[in-house]
Amino acid sequence: MGSIFNLQQVVNGLQLGSIYALIALGYTMVYGIVRLINFAHGDFFMVGAYAAYGAFFLFNAALGGSGLPMAGIALVLAMAASGGIALLTNRLAYKPLRYKPKLSSLITAIGVSMLIEYVFSAIPFIGPSFRAFPEILPSRPIQIGPNATISTQAILDIGVAAVLMIGLTVLVRHTALGKAMRAVSQDKDAAKLMGIDVEKVIGWTFLIGGSFAGAAGLLAGMTYPRIFPFMGILPGLKAFIAAVLGGIGNIPGAVLGAYIMGVAETFATAYNSLLGEGIAFAILIVVLLVRPRGILGEKTADKI
Amino acid sequence: MSAVLKVTGMSHWFGGLKAVSNFHFEVPEGAIYGLIGPNGSGKTTTFNLITGIYKPTEGKIEFAGGDITGAKPYRIVRKGVARTFQNLRIFGSMSVLDNVRVARQYRPASTLLASTLRLPSFKAEERLRKAEAMRLLDVLHLADRAKEQAKNLPYGELRRLEIARALATDPKLLLLDEPAAGMNPKEVQDLMALIGRVRDEFKVTVFLIEHHMKFVMGLCERIKVLDFGETIAEGIPEVVAKDPRVLEAYLGKKGGH
Repeated sequence: MGSIFNLQQVVNGLQLGSIYALIALGYTMVYGIVRLINFAHGDFFMVGAYAAYGAFFLFNAALGGSGLPMAGIALVLAMAASGGIALLTNRLAYKPLRYKPKLSSLITAIGVSMLIEYVFSAIPFIGPSFRAFPEILPSRPIQIGPNATISTQAILDIGVAAVLMIGLTVLVRHTALGKAMRAVSQDKDAAKLMGIDVEKVIGWTFLIGGSFAGAAGLLAGMTYPRIFPFMGILPGLKAFIAAVLGGIGNIPGAVLGAYIMGVAETFATAYNSLLGEGIAFAILIVVLLVRPRGILGEKTADKI
Repeated sequence: MSAVLKVTGMSHWFGGLKAVSNFHFEVPEGAIYGLIGPNGSGKTTTFNLITGIYKPTEGKIEFAGGDITGAKPYRIVRKGVARTFQNLRIFGSMSVLDNVRVARQYRPASTLLASTLRLPSFKAEERLRKAEAMRLLDVLHLADRAKEQAKNLPYGELRRLEIARALATDPKLLLLDEPAAGMNPKEVQDLMALIGRVRDEFKVTVFLIEHHMKFVMGLCERIKVLDFGETIAEGIPEVVAKDPRVLEAYLGKKGGH
């Protein structure tokens, strides 16, 4: 490897950052729309990983072990499962508390998070223990420099994240739903009085944010092939920090924050593997001290 | 003239406080109708009740012949009731054009025009919506501001943008909450002309709340005066202006001209 700062670490960082970015988007979108830090979001990511895992055992034999269609089905099912559970969480847990004090929703979010984790641990064929994620697509390295390679898995991670993020940008900027989302995020009551069904827009936000976490769950399973019901906690927290770093509620900010986090973490890990796990929290403390609104976050001025 | 909005026996309490007490009124179709009264007399609450932000404790609200009492705000808007806000509620970080478009998108694009031109695709519909939004901005003298971020507009233009955005929902009834607030006499004069033109051009009924007496007296065809949640006078401006209870509420006990 030679020096600590090398191309290989940048590639690894972008790969990890892509997964963080997909999770961070859901955090930031939900915060932007309902001003809620949805602490169950990391668990939606875990649900996606298990949905992909389940999809593999259901369909792989029928597909004769061909990788690409299997990966496609796993992606769709992971996104559907995570999006579905996000929608359900919103409907059952957050909607009844919508106009109650914010703290109620926040505590509920923590409760929902633990509920999902322990329910998954209790389901017989999932269980609390680690499971090896199957190899859906064999990965191979491609030489990109004198001492750096990029794996086909890294290309897939970065590519899927890029496609989904471009899709989201188009959706937010150019569709009716996107405009409604922006309107709701700025002024819910005014949006209602412009004919926007605010609850429907919130539902879509959870569905989209959740499905992105599901895609991240599949990619994480393929990249770091070990899954367990509590796997969402740390990536969830780090993605949350990424969203704060970029400016919570800001979509490009979440992506930027996630890539900074991914690269910082791989570099720190290369230096010392324990430091890698801690760097996210060091970043959080620095951001909160130096620039609490995040890199791209706008100054918020509450209306009197 | 038939009533486009009919309110019967409407009351509303906030806890123990009666904000609106047994209101009855009919807003005739095509009129410019004014609701005036001092602060705390229940004007904005009335608007919030009509638009479904609050549900009245008692009473009935009928719009265009249908009962809208307690319906969801977005449904009431889609039936054809639009409003502006006293303290501007523009979507500041969206462009001026997008502010109008977001209010436009739950209306079918002018179906008559679309069907005559046989414009089938989504893109064509989008173009049509954009053209309609631009036309609205044009009428309100905001066309050259279309691409700007709304929060960069000066106050007077934001007030007009609020009206453009409300009109974009294609209303039959337009509720204006203190449209002249914070305006200088020249701007107030322009606004009066503008509201008259909007009523004629878009065939809307205008229902407005104001403090500004001259504005209301000069513009409205029918006026209702409130004090502490109760109606103290109703009628044409010339009569209301001479009503002793109105003079008392507005000018003090020994009031007069």
